[in-house]
Amino acid sequence: MLDQDPILQTRGLSVYYDTKKVVTDVNLDVARNRITSIIGPSGCGKSTLLRCFNRMNDLIPSARVEGQVMFDGLDLYGHDVDPTEIRYLIGMVFQRPNPFPKSIYDNVAFGPRINGFKGDMDELVERSLVRAAIWDEVKDRLNTSALALSGGQQQRLCIARALAVEPRVILMDEPCSALDPIATLAIEELMRELSEDYSIIIVTHNMQQAARVSHYTAFLMVEEARVGFMVEFGESRQIFTNPEDERTEAYITGRFG
Amino acid sequence: MSVISQSDFQRKRARRKWMGRAFYGLCLLSVAIALGMLAVLLVYLFIQGITGISWSFLTSFASRHPDQAGIKAAILGSIYVVMVAGVTSFVLGVATALYLEEYAARSKFARIAKINIANLAGVPSIVYGILGLQIFVHSMHLGKSVLAGGFTLGLLVLPIVIVASGEAVRAVPPSLREAAYGLGATRWQVIWHMVIPQAFPGILTGVILAVSRAIGETAPLIAMGALTFVPFTPDSPLSRFTVLPIQIFNWTSRPQEGFQEAAAAGIIVLLVILLVMNAGAVILRNKFQNKSGG
Repeated sequence: MLDQDPILQTRGLSVYYDTKKVVTDVNLDVARNRITSIIGPSGCGKSTLLRCFNRMNDLIPSARVEGQVMFDGLDLYGHDVDPTEIRYLIGMVFQRPNPFPKSIYDNVAFGPRINGFKGDMDELVERSLVRAAIWDEVKDRLNTSALALSGGQQQRLCIARALAVEPRVILMDEPCSALDPIATLAIEELMRELSEDYSIIIVTHNMQQAARVSHYTAFLMVEEARVGFMVEFGESRQIFTNPEDERTEAYITGRFG
Repeated sequence: MSVISQSDFQRKRARRKWMGRAFYGLCLLSVAIALGMLAVLLVYLFIQGITGISWSFLTSFASRHPDQAGIKAAILGSIYVVMVAGVTSFVLGVATALYLEEYAARSKFARIAKINIANLAGVPSIVYGILGLQIFVHSMHLGKSVLAGGFTLGLLVLPIVIVASGEAVRAVPPSLREAAYGLGATRWQVIWHMVIPQAFPGILTGVILAVSRAIGETAPLIAMGALTFVPFTPDSPLSRFTVLPIQIFNWTSRPQEGFQEAAAAGIIVLLVILLVMNAGAVILRNKFQNKSGG
Protein backbone atom coordinates (compact mmCIF):
# COMPACT_ATOMS: atom_id res chain seq x y z
CA MET A 1 0.00 0.00 0.00
CA LEU A 2 2.77 2.43 0.93
CA ASP A 3 5.52 3.46 -1.44
CA GLN A 4 8.08 3.09 1.34
CA ASP A 5 9.17 0.95 4.25
CA PRO A 6 6.70 1.74 7.09
CA ILE A 7 7.94 2.93 10.50
CA LEU A 8 5.10 1.24 12.36
CA GLN A 9 3.11 -1.81 11.37
CA THR A 10 0.32 -3.61 13.15
CA ARG A 11 -0.42 -7.22 12.34
CA GLY A 12 -3.63 -8.85 13.57
CA LEU A 13 -3.87 -6.28 16.35
CA SER A 14 -6.82 -6.75 18.71
CA VAL A 15 -7.44 -5.10 22.06
CA TYR A 16 -9.75 -6.31 24.80
CA TYR A 17 -11.02 -4.60 27.93
CA ASP A 18 -11.68 -7.61 30.13
CA THR A 19 -13.58 -9.80 27.67
CA LYS A 20 -14.93 -6.97 25.54
CA LYS A 21 -13.17 -6.59 22.21
CA VAL A 22 -12.65 -2.93 21.31
CA VAL A 23 -10.15 -3.21 18.46
CA THR A 24 -10.49 -6.07 16.02
CA ASP A 25 -7.72 -7.48 13.86
CA VAL A 26 -6.20 -4.26 12.56
CA ASN A 27 -3.43 -4.38 9.97
CA LEU A 28 -2.16 -0.84 9.54
CA ASP A 29 1.06 0.51 8.03
CA VAL A 30 2.27 3.91 9.20
CA ALA A 31 4.44 5.85 6.79
CA ARG A 32 7.72 7.47 7.78
CA ASN A 33 7.72 11.27 7.92
CA ARG A 34 4.08 11.44 6.93
CA ILE A 35 0.88 12.18 8.77
CA THR A 36 -1.50 9.27 9.12
CA SER A 37 -4.95 10.00 10.45
CA ILE A 38 -7.31 7.55 12.08
CA ILE A 39 -10.96 8.51 11.70
CA GLY A 40 -14.22 6.88 12.64
CA PRO A 41 -17.34 7.30 14.73
CA SER A 42 -17.32 7.52 18.53
CA GLY A 43 -16.50 4.26 20.27
CA CYS A 44 -14.81 2.71 17.25
CA GLY A 45 -11.55 2.17 19.12
CA LYS A 46 -9.50 4.94 17.46
CA SER A 47 -7.91 6.12 20.69
CA THR A 48 -7.35 2.59 21.93
CA LEU A 49 -5.61 1.74 18.67
CA LEU A 50 -3.46 4.86 18.94
CA ARG A 51 -2.47 3.93 22.48
CA CYS A 52 -1.16 0.59 21.32
CA PHE A 53 1.70 2.36 19.57
CA ASN A 54 3.28 3.59 22.82
CA ARG A 55 1.81 0.94 25.08
CA MET A 56 -0.26 3.43 27.02
CA ASN A 57 -2.92 0.72 27.23
CA ASP A 58 -0.59 -1.03 29.66
CA LEU A 59 -1.71 1.51 32.25
CA ILE A 60 -5.26 0.16 32.11
CA PRO A 61 -5.22 -3.05 34.16
CA SER A 62 -8.12 -4.66 32.31
CA ALA A 63 -6.66 -4.03 28.83
CA ARG A 64 -5.14 -6.92 26.89
CA VAL A 65 -3.45 -6.69 23.51
CA GLU A 66 -3.18 -9.45 20.92
CA GLY A 67 -1.19 -9.43 17.71
CA GLN A 68 1.91 -7.49 16.79
CA VAL A 69 3.03 -3.90 16.60
CA MET A 70 6.34 -3.61 14.79
CA PHE A 71 8.42 -0.45 15.23
CA ASP A 72 11.27 -0.50 12.71
CA GLY A 73 11.45 -4.26 13.05
CA LEU A 74 11.12 -4.30 16.84
CA ASP A 75 8.02 -5.97 18.27
CA LEU A 76 6.75 -3.42 20.78
CA TYR A 77 4.91 -6.12 22.67
CA GLY A 78 7.92 -8.44 22.79
CA HIS A 79 8.84 -9.94 26.14
CA ASP A 80 12.00 -7.97 26.68
CA VAL A 81 10.59 -4.58 25.71
CA ASP A 82 10.30 -2.02 28.51
CA PRO A 83 7.30 0.25 27.80
CA THR A 84 9.02 3.24 29.42
CA GLU A 85 11.80 2.95 26.85
CA ILE A 86 9.53 3.11 23.85
CA ARG A 87 7.47 6.00 25.19
CA TYR A 88 10.16 8.55 24.63
CA LEU A 89 10.80 7.22 21.14
CA ILE A 90 7.08 7.42 20.45
CA GLY A 91 5.76 10.60 22.04
CA MET A 92 2.17 11.51 22.68
CA VAL A 93 -0.01 14.61 22.67
CA PHE A 94 -3.36 14.30 24.40
CA GLN A 95 -6.91 15.39 23.74
CA ARG A 96 -6.98 18.09 26.40
CA PRO A 97 -3.84 20.15 26.85
CA ASN A 98 -2.27 18.73 30.00
CA PRO A 99 0.77 20.81 30.94
CA PHE A 100 2.30 20.04 34.30
CA PRO A 101 1.56 22.58 37.04
CA LYS A 102 5.13 23.79 36.71
CA SER A 103 6.88 26.58 34.86
CA ILE A 104 7.00 26.58 31.06
CA TYR A 105 10.71 25.76 31.22
CA ASP A 106 10.23 22.85 33.63
CA ASN A 107 7.44 21.43 31.49
CA VAL A 108 9.76 21.10 28.53
CA ALA A 109 12.73 20.01 30.66
CA PHE A 110 10.76 17.30 32.50
CA GLY A 111 11.13 14.59 29.85
CA PRO A 112 14.86 15.08 29.26
CA ARG A 113 15.48 15.21 33.02
CA ILE A 114 13.72 11.96 33.84
CA ASN A 115 15.47 10.28 30.95
CA GLY A 116 18.85 11.39 32.27
CA PHE A 117 19.71 14.08 29.70
CA LYS A 118 23.14 15.52 30.50
CA GLY A 119 23.63 18.18 27.83
CA ASP A 120 22.74 21.87 27.58
CA MET A 121 19.20 22.00 28.91
CA ASP A 122 18.64 25.69 28.07
CA GLU A 123 19.49 25.02 24.47
CA LEU A 124 17.27 21.94 24.30
CA VAL A 125 14.31 23.79 25.84
CA GLU A 126 14.70 26.66 23.40
CA ARG A 127 15.05 24.33 20.42
CA SER A 128 11.93 22.38 21.42
CA LEU A 129 9.86 25.52 21.94
CA VAL A 130 11.05 26.95 18.62
CA ARG A 131 10.18 23.69 16.89
CA ALA A 132 6.69 23.80 18.41
CA ALA A 133 6.22 27.39 17.17
CA ILE A 134 5.64 28.85 20.61
CA TRP A 135 9.08 30.23 21.47
CA ASP A 136 8.30 33.83 20.51
CA GLU A 137 5.22 33.86 22.70
CA VAL A 138 6.88 32.47 25.83
CA LYS A 139 10.59 33.34 25.63
CA ASP A 140 10.21 36.22 28.09
CA ARG A 141 8.31 34.24 30.67
CA LEU A 142 9.86 30.80 30.74
CA ASN A 143 9.71 30.71 34.51
CA THR A 144 6.02 31.51 34.81
CA SER A 145 3.40 28.82 35.21
CA ALA A 146 2.35 26.90 32.13
CA LEU A 147 -1.22 26.98 33.41
CA ALA A 148 -1.42 30.70 32.66
CA LEU A 149 -1.15 30.04 28.91
CA SER A 150 -4.18 29.87 26.64
CA GLY A 151 -5.51 26.47 25.56
CA GLY A 152 -3.85 26.65 22.15
CA GLN A 153 -0.54 27.73 23.66
CA GLN A 154 -0.78 24.96 26.24
CA GLN A 155 -1.26 22.40 23.49
CA ARG A 156 1.77 23.70 21.57
CA LEU A 157 3.72 23.60 24.84
CA CYS A 158 2.67 19.96 25.21
CA ILE A 159 3.98 19.34 21.70
CA ALA A 160 7.24 21.05 22.65
CA ARG A 161 7.38 18.88 25.76
CA ALA A 162 6.96 15.76 23.63
CA LEU A 163 9.60 16.97 21.14
CA ALA A 164 12.15 17.61 23.90
CA VAL A 165 12.83 13.90 24.35
CA GLU A 166 13.49 13.67 20.61
CA PRO A 167 10.94 11.05 19.66
CA ARG A 168 10.69 9.55 16.19
CA VAL A 169 6.94 9.20 16.15
CA ILE A 170 4.34 11.56 17.63
CA LEU A 171 0.91 10.25 18.48
CA MET A 172 -1.85 12.84 18.70
CA ASP A 173 -5.17 11.96 20.27
CA GLU A 174 -7.68 14.53 19.00
CA PRO A 175 -5.20 17.31 19.74
CA CYS A 176 -7.53 20.10 18.63
CA SER A 177 -10.86 19.00 20.03
CA ALA A 178 -10.58 21.36 23.00
CA LEU A 179 -9.31 24.30 20.93
CA ASP A 180 -10.91 27.13 18.98
CA PRO A 181 -10.56 27.29 15.16
CA ILE A 182 -7.62 29.70 15.18
CA ALA A 183 -5.64 27.63 17.67
CA THR A 184 -6.59 24.55 15.64
CA LEU A 185 -5.17 26.14 12.51
CA ALA A 186 -1.89 26.87 14.30
CA ILE A 187 -1.60 23.24 15.45
CA GLU A 188 -2.37 21.95 11.95
CA GLU A 189 0.25 24.25 10.46
CA LEU A 190 2.71 22.96 13.03
CA MET A 191 1.88 19.33 12.27
CA ARG A 192 2.64 19.90 8.61
CA GLU A 193 6.04 21.34 9.49
CA LEU A 194 6.80 18.59 11.95
CA SER A 195 6.00 15.87 9.44
CA GLU A 196 9.25 16.71 7.64
CA ASP A 197 11.17 15.20 10.55
CA TYR A 198 8.69 13.08 12.42
CA SER A 199 6.12 10.42 11.67
CA ILE A 200 2.77 11.52 13.02
CA ILE A 201 -0.38 9.59 13.76
CA ILE A 202 -3.44 11.65 14.58
CA VAL A 203 -6.81 10.51 15.81
CA THR A 204 -9.50 12.98 14.91
CA HIS A 205 -13.24 13.41 14.84
CA ASN A 206 -12.86 16.22 12.41
CA MET A 207 -12.87 14.85 8.85
CA GLN A 208 -11.94 18.18 7.30
CA GLN A 209 -8.90 18.16 9.53
CA ALA A 210 -7.93 14.66 8.44
CA ALA A 211 -8.42 15.67 4.80
CA ARG A 212 -6.43 18.88 5.26
CA VAL A 213 -3.37 17.63 7.09
CA SER A 214 -2.89 13.91 6.62
CA HIS A 215 -1.22 12.01 3.82
CA TYR A 216 -2.84 8.71 4.72
CA THR A 217 -6.15 7.92 6.38
CA ALA A 218 -7.45 4.83 8.11
CA PHE A 219 -11.19 4.52 8.63
CA LEU A 220 -12.34 2.47 11.61
CA MET A 221 -15.89 1.44 12.30
CA VAL A 222 -18.09 -0.20 14.83
CA GLU A 223 -20.88 -2.62 13.93
CA GLU A 224 -23.07 -4.73 16.12
CA ALA A 225 -21.01 -7.87 15.65
CA ARG A 226 -17.58 -6.26 15.36
CA VAL A 227 -16.01 -3.31 17.13
CA GLY A 228 -13.00 -1.33 16.03
CA PHE A 229 -12.22 -2.93 12.70
CA MET A 230 -10.52 -1.12 9.85
CA VAL A 231 -12.79 -0.61 6.86
CA GLU A 232 -10.41 1.16 4.56
CA PHE A 233 -6.91 2.54 4.45
CA GLY A 234 -5.31 4.63 1.77
CA GLU A 235 -4.04 8.00 0.68
CA SER A 236 -6.22 10.69 2.19
CA ARG A 237 -6.86 12.21 -1.23
CA GLN A 238 -8.36 8.94 -2.41
CA ILE A 239 -10.25 8.18 0.83
CA PHE A 240 -11.94 11.56 0.87
CA THR A 241 -12.68 11.87 -2.83
CA ASN A 242 -13.08 8.37 -4.09
CA PRO A 243 -13.46 5.81 -1.29
CA GLU A 244 -13.64 2.19 -2.27
CA ASP A 245 -15.98 1.08 0.50
CA GLU A 246 -19.52 2.43 0.61
CA ARG A 247 -19.39 2.61 4.43
CA THR A 248 -16.43 4.96 4.15
CA GLU A 249 -18.35 7.08 1.70
CA ALA A 250 -21.39 7.13 3.97
CA TYR A 251 -19.24 8.28 6.88
CA ILE A 252 -17.25 10.98 5.11
CA THR A 253 -20.35 12.42 3.51
CA GLY A 254 -21.92 12.67 6.95
CA ARG A 255 -24.63 10.06 6.56
CA PHE A 256 -23.76 8.56 9.96
CA GLY A 257 -21.34 8.89 12.87
CA MET B 1 -51.61 21.79 26.12
CA SER B 2 -48.69 21.95 28.49
CA VAL B 3 -47.59 19.00 30.53
CA ILE B 4 -48.33 20.69 33.84
CA SER B 5 -51.54 22.71 34.25
CA GLN B 6 -51.25 26.33 35.31
CA SER B 7 -52.97 25.91 38.70
CA ASP B 8 -50.93 22.84 39.52
CA PHE B 9 -47.78 24.76 38.73
CA GLN B 10 -48.75 27.67 40.99
CA ARG B 11 -49.58 25.43 43.90
CA LYS B 12 -46.38 23.35 43.57
CA ARG B 13 -44.28 26.43 43.15
CA ALA B 14 -45.40 27.89 46.47
CA ARG B 15 -44.67 24.58 48.12
CA ARG B 16 -41.23 24.31 46.52
CA LYS B 17 -40.35 27.81 47.61
CA TRP B 18 -41.42 27.03 51.14
CA MET B 19 -39.32 23.84 51.15
CA GLY B 20 -36.32 25.80 49.98
CA ARG B 21 -36.67 28.33 52.77
CA ALA B 22 -37.23 25.64 55.39
CA PHE B 23 -34.08 23.80 54.34
CA TYR B 24 -32.07 27.00 54.39
CA GLY B 25 -33.37 27.72 57.90
CA LEU B 26 -32.42 24.23 59.07
CA CYS B 27 -28.87 24.65 57.78
CA LEU B 28 -28.57 28.03 59.45
CA LEU B 29 -29.86 26.60 62.74
CA SER B 30 -27.28 23.82 62.63
CA VAL B 31 -24.49 26.32 62.14
CA ALA B 32 -25.82 28.38 65.04
CA ILE B 33 -25.92 25.36 67.35
CA ALA B 34 -22.45 24.17 66.42
CA LEU B 35 -20.81 27.58 66.69
CA GLY B 36 -22.90 28.56 69.73
CA MET B 37 -21.77 25.56 71.75
CA LEU B 38 -18.17 26.21 70.82
CA ALA B 39 -18.51 29.86 71.81
CA VAL B 40 -20.06 28.96 75.18
CA LEU B 41 -17.28 26.48 75.85
CA LEU B 42 -14.55 28.95 74.95
CA VAL B 43 -16.05 31.81 76.94
CA TYR B 44 -16.56 29.61 79.99
CA LEU B 45 -13.02 28.25 79.79
CA PHE B 46 -11.59 31.67 79.29
CA ILE B 47 -13.37 33.17 82.28
CA GLN B 48 -12.42 30.29 84.52
CA GLY B 49 -8.90 29.71 83.33
CA ILE B 50 -7.38 32.98 82.17
CA THR B 51 -6.49 34.08 85.70
CA GLY B 52 -4.59 30.83 86.17
CA ILE B 53 -2.27 31.49 83.26
CA SER B 54 0.95 33.10 84.29
CA TRP B 55 4.61 32.73 83.50
CA SER B 56 5.12 30.60 86.59
CA PHE B 57 2.19 28.36 85.56
CA LEU B 58 3.84 27.73 82.23
CA THR B 59 7.31 27.15 83.66
CA SER B 60 6.59 25.19 86.86
CA PHE B 61 6.29 21.49 87.38
CA ALA B 62 3.29 19.72 88.89
CA SER B 63 2.76 20.27 92.60
CA ARG B 64 0.56 19.24 95.49
CA HIS B 65 -0.24 22.89 96.07
CA PRO B 66 -2.66 24.33 93.51
CA ASP B 67 -1.06 27.78 93.55
CA GLN B 68 2.37 26.32 92.77
CA ALA B 69 1.21 23.77 90.18
CA GLY B 70 2.55 24.30 86.67
CA ILE B 71 2.33 22.70 83.30
CA LYS B 72 5.88 22.75 81.95
CA ALA B 73 6.40 18.97 81.87
CA ALA B 74 3.03 18.39 80.21
CA ILE B 75 3.61 21.01 77.50
CA LEU B 76 6.99 19.57 76.55
CA GLY B 77 5.66 16.02 76.88
CA SER B 78 2.76 16.78 74.55
CA ILE B 79 4.96 18.46 71.97
CA TYR B 80 7.51 15.64 71.90
CA VAL B 81 4.91 12.87 71.82
CA VAL B 82 2.90 14.55 69.08
CA MET B 83 6.03 15.15 67.01
CA VAL B 84 6.89 11.45 67.18
CA ALA B 85 3.27 10.55 66.40
CA GLY B 86 3.13 13.00 63.48
CA VAL B 87 6.32 11.75 61.85
CA THR B 88 5.38 8.10 62.39
CA SER B 89 1.89 8.45 60.96
CA PHE B 90 3.12 10.64 58.08
CA VAL B 91 5.77 8.18 56.91
CA LEU B 92 3.68 5.02 57.38
CA GLY B 93 0.44 6.65 56.23
CA VAL B 94 1.73 8.15 52.99
CA ALA B 95 3.62 4.99 52.06
CA THR B 96 0.54 2.87 52.77
CA ALA B 97 -1.73 5.18 50.78
CA LEU B 98 0.68 5.15 47.83
CA TYR B 99 0.84 1.38 47.91
CA LEU B 100 -2.93 0.98 48.06
CA GLU B 101 -3.71 3.63 45.44
CA GLU B 102 -0.78 3.37 43.04
CA TYR B 103 0.70 -0.09 43.25
CA ALA B 104 -2.14 -2.34 44.36
CA ALA B 105 -5.02 -0.21 43.06
CA ARG B 106 -8.02 -2.30 42.01
CA SER B 107 -6.63 -5.48 43.53
CA LYS B 108 -8.89 -7.39 45.86
CA PHE B 109 -6.30 -7.06 48.60
CA ALA B 110 -6.33 -3.25 48.35
CA ARG B 111 -10.12 -3.16 48.48
CA ILE B 112 -10.28 -5.30 51.60
CA ALA B 113 -7.41 -3.40 53.20
CA LYS B 114 -9.12 -0.06 52.57
CA ILE B 115 -12.38 -1.20 54.16
CA ASN B 116 -10.49 -2.42 57.19
CA ILE B 117 -8.48 0.75 57.52
CA ALA B 118 -11.70 2.72 57.59
CA ASN B 119 -12.92 0.38 60.33
CA LEU B 120 -9.69 0.85 62.29
CA ALA B 121 -10.58 4.51 62.70
CA GLY B 122 -13.53 3.37 64.81
CA VAL B 123 -11.56 1.20 67.24
CA PRO B 124 -11.73 2.68 70.78
CA SER B 125 -8.51 4.54 71.45
CA ILE B 126 -7.86 2.69 74.70
CA VAL B 127 -7.34 -0.48 72.67
CA TYR B 128 -4.39 1.25 71.03
CA GLY B 129 -3.07 2.00 74.51
CA ILE B 130 -3.10 -1.68 75.40
CA LEU B 131 -1.49 -2.50 72.05
CA GLY B 132 1.20 0.12 72.68
CA LEU B 133 1.85 -1.24 76.16
CA GLN B 134 2.33 -4.73 74.81
CA ILE B 135 4.34 -3.95 71.68
CA PHE B 136 6.34 -0.81 72.34
CA VAL B 137 6.69 -0.82 76.12
CA HIS B 138 7.21 -4.52 76.70
CA SER B 139 8.18 -6.33 73.49
CA MET B 140 10.39 -3.56 72.11
CA HIS B 141 11.66 -2.55 75.55
CA LEU B 142 11.09 1.14 74.94
CA GLY B 143 9.66 1.56 78.45
CA LYS B 144 6.84 3.94 79.20
CA SER B 145 8.70 6.55 77.22
CA VAL B 146 8.09 9.47 74.86
CA LEU B 147 8.96 7.19 71.95
CA ALA B 148 6.50 4.49 73.02
CA GLY B 149 3.76 7.09 73.58
CA GLY B 150 4.44 8.73 70.24
CA PHE B 151 4.39 5.42 68.36
CA THR B 152 1.14 4.47 70.09
CA LEU B 153 -0.55 7.72 69.10
CA GLY B 154 1.01 7.42 65.66
CA LEU B 155 -0.73 4.08 65.16
CA LEU B 156 -3.94 5.52 66.54
CA VAL B 157 -4.08 8.31 63.98
CA LEU B 158 -2.60 6.29 61.12
CA PRO B 159 -6.02 5.53 59.56
CA ILE B 160 -6.77 9.26 59.34
CA VAL B 161 -3.53 9.89 57.46
CA ILE B 162 -4.01 6.87 55.19
CA VAL B 163 -7.56 7.83 54.25
CA ALA B 164 -6.74 11.51 53.66
CA SER B 165 -3.57 10.69 51.71
CA GLY B 166 -5.41 8.09 49.67
CA GLU B 167 -8.03 10.64 48.69
CA ALA B 168 -5.35 13.18 47.84
CA VAL B 169 -3.51 10.64 45.69
CA ARG B 170 -6.70 9.62 43.91
CA ALA B 171 -7.48 13.28 43.20
CA VAL B 172 -4.29 13.75 41.15
CA PRO B 173 -5.59 14.18 37.58
CA PRO B 174 -5.03 11.08 35.42
CA SER B 175 -4.03 13.43 32.60
CA LEU B 176 -0.88 14.44 34.50
CA ARG B 177 0.11 10.84 35.09
CA GLU B 178 -0.50 10.05 31.43
CA ALA B 179 1.58 13.02 30.33
CA ALA B 180 4.46 11.86 32.51
CA TYR B 181 4.18 8.22 31.42
CA GLY B 182 3.98 9.44 27.83
CA LEU B 183 7.44 11.00 28.19
CA GLY B 184 8.95 7.73 29.32
CA ALA B 185 8.67 8.16 33.08
CA THR B 186 8.77 5.01 35.20
CA ARG B 187 6.11 4.38 37.81
CA TRP B 188 8.47 5.56 40.54
CA GLN B 189 9.22 8.78 38.64
CA VAL B 190 5.53 9.46 38.11
CA ILE B 191 4.86 8.97 41.83
CA TRP B 192 7.83 11.04 42.92
CA HIS B 193 7.57 13.92 40.43
CA MET B 194 3.81 14.12 39.86
CA VAL B 195 1.70 12.28 42.41
CA ILE B 196 3.42 13.25 45.66
CA PRO B 197 3.86 16.97 44.89
CA GLN B 198 0.26 17.22 43.63
CA ALA B 199 -1.16 15.29 46.57
CA PHE B 200 1.01 16.99 49.17
CA PRO B 201 -1.45 19.69 50.29
CA GLY B 202 -4.11 17.03 50.81
CA ILE B 203 -1.68 14.77 52.64
CA LEU B 204 -0.71 17.66 54.88
CA THR B 205 -4.36 18.30 55.69
CA GLY B 206 -4.63 14.68 56.81
CA VAL B 207 -1.56 15.03 59.01
CA ILE B 208 -2.98 18.23 60.56
CA LEU B 209 -6.21 16.39 61.41
CA ALA B 210 -4.25 13.45 62.77
CA VAL B 211 -1.97 15.55 64.95
CA SER B 212 -4.94 17.54 66.26
CA ARG B 213 -6.55 14.28 67.29
CA ALA B 214 -3.33 12.95 68.81
CA ILE B 215 -2.68 15.99 70.97
CA GLY B 216 -6.04 15.61 72.71
CA GLU B 217 -5.81 11.86 73.39
CA THR B 218 -5.69 10.75 77.01
CA ALA B 219 -6.95 7.20 77.35
CA PRO B 220 -4.36 5.30 75.28
CA LEU B 221 -1.48 7.04 77.05
CA ILE B 222 -2.91 6.29 80.47
CA ALA B 223 -3.44 2.66 79.45
CA MET B 224 0.10 2.59 78.18
CA GLY B 225 1.34 3.85 81.50
CA ALA B 226 2.22 7.52 81.02
CA LEU B 227 2.78 9.28 84.34
CA THR B 228 0.33 11.68 85.91
CA PHE B 229 2.84 13.40 88.17
CA VAL B 230 6.01 14.45 86.43
CA PRO B 231 8.35 16.85 88.23
CA PHE B 232 10.96 16.85 85.43
CA THR B 233 11.22 17.54 81.68
CA PRO B 234 11.65 14.58 79.38
CA ASP B 235 15.29 14.83 78.32
CA SER B 236 15.52 11.91 75.89
CA PRO B 237 13.20 9.91 73.64
CA LEU B 238 13.35 7.17 76.26
CA SER B 239 12.50 9.27 79.30
CA ARG B 240 9.13 9.07 80.99
CA PHE B 241 6.58 11.78 80.35
CA THR B 242 3.11 13.17 80.80
CA VAL B 243 0.96 15.11 78.35
CA LEU B 244 -1.46 18.01 78.67
CA PRO B 245 -4.73 16.04 78.56
CA ILE B 246 -3.50 13.71 81.31
CA GLN B 247 -2.41 16.64 83.45
CA ILE B 248 -5.76 18.34 82.89
CA PHE B 249 -7.66 15.14 83.64
CA ASN B 250 -5.63 14.75 86.82
CA TRP B 251 -6.42 18.26 87.97
CA THR B 252 -10.13 18.08 87.23
CA SER B 253 -10.39 15.01 89.47
CA ARG B 254 -8.98 16.90 92.48
CA PRO B 255 -11.38 18.42 94.98
CA GLN B 256 -9.50 21.69 95.56
CA GLU B 257 -10.89 24.82 93.85
CA GLY B 258 -7.41 25.89 92.76
CA PHE B 259 -6.86 22.77 90.70
CA GLN B 260 -10.09 23.40 88.79
CA GLU B 261 -8.69 26.75 87.76
CA ALA B 262 -5.40 25.11 86.81
CA ALA B 263 -7.33 22.60 84.69
CA ALA B 264 -9.14 25.38 82.82
CA ALA B 265 -5.86 27.19 82.32
CA GLY B 266 -4.34 23.93 81.05
CA ILE B 267 -7.13 23.54 78.51
CA ILE B 268 -6.48 27.07 77.23
CA VAL B 269 -2.81 26.20 76.82
CA LEU B 270 -3.75 23.01 74.98
CA LEU B 271 -6.07 24.92 72.64
CA VAL B 272 -3.43 27.55 71.94
CA ILE B 273 -0.83 24.91 71.10
CA LEU B 274 -3.36 23.19 68.85
CA LEU B 275 -4.18 26.46 67.10
CA VAL B 276 -0.53 27.34 66.59
CA MET B 277 0.27 23.91 65.16
CA ASN B 278 -2.75 23.98 62.87
CA ALA B 279 -2.02 27.49 61.69
CA GLY B 280 1.56 26.51 60.96
CA ALA B 281 0.42 23.51 58.97
CA VAL B 282 -2.18 25.53 57.06
CA ILE B 283 0.45 28.12 56.11
CA LEU B 284 2.74 25.32 54.98
CA ARG B 285 -0.06 23.75 52.97
CA ASN B 286 -0.98 26.99 51.25
CA LYS B 287 2.63 27.50 50.37
CA PHE B 288 2.73 24.13 48.63
CA GLN B 289 -0.60 24.74 46.95
CA ASN B 290 0.60 28.00 45.47
CA LYS B 291 3.82 26.41 44.39
CA SER B 292 2.14 23.59 42.53
CA GLY B 293 -0.72 25.69 41.20
CA GLY B 294 1.10 28.74 40.00
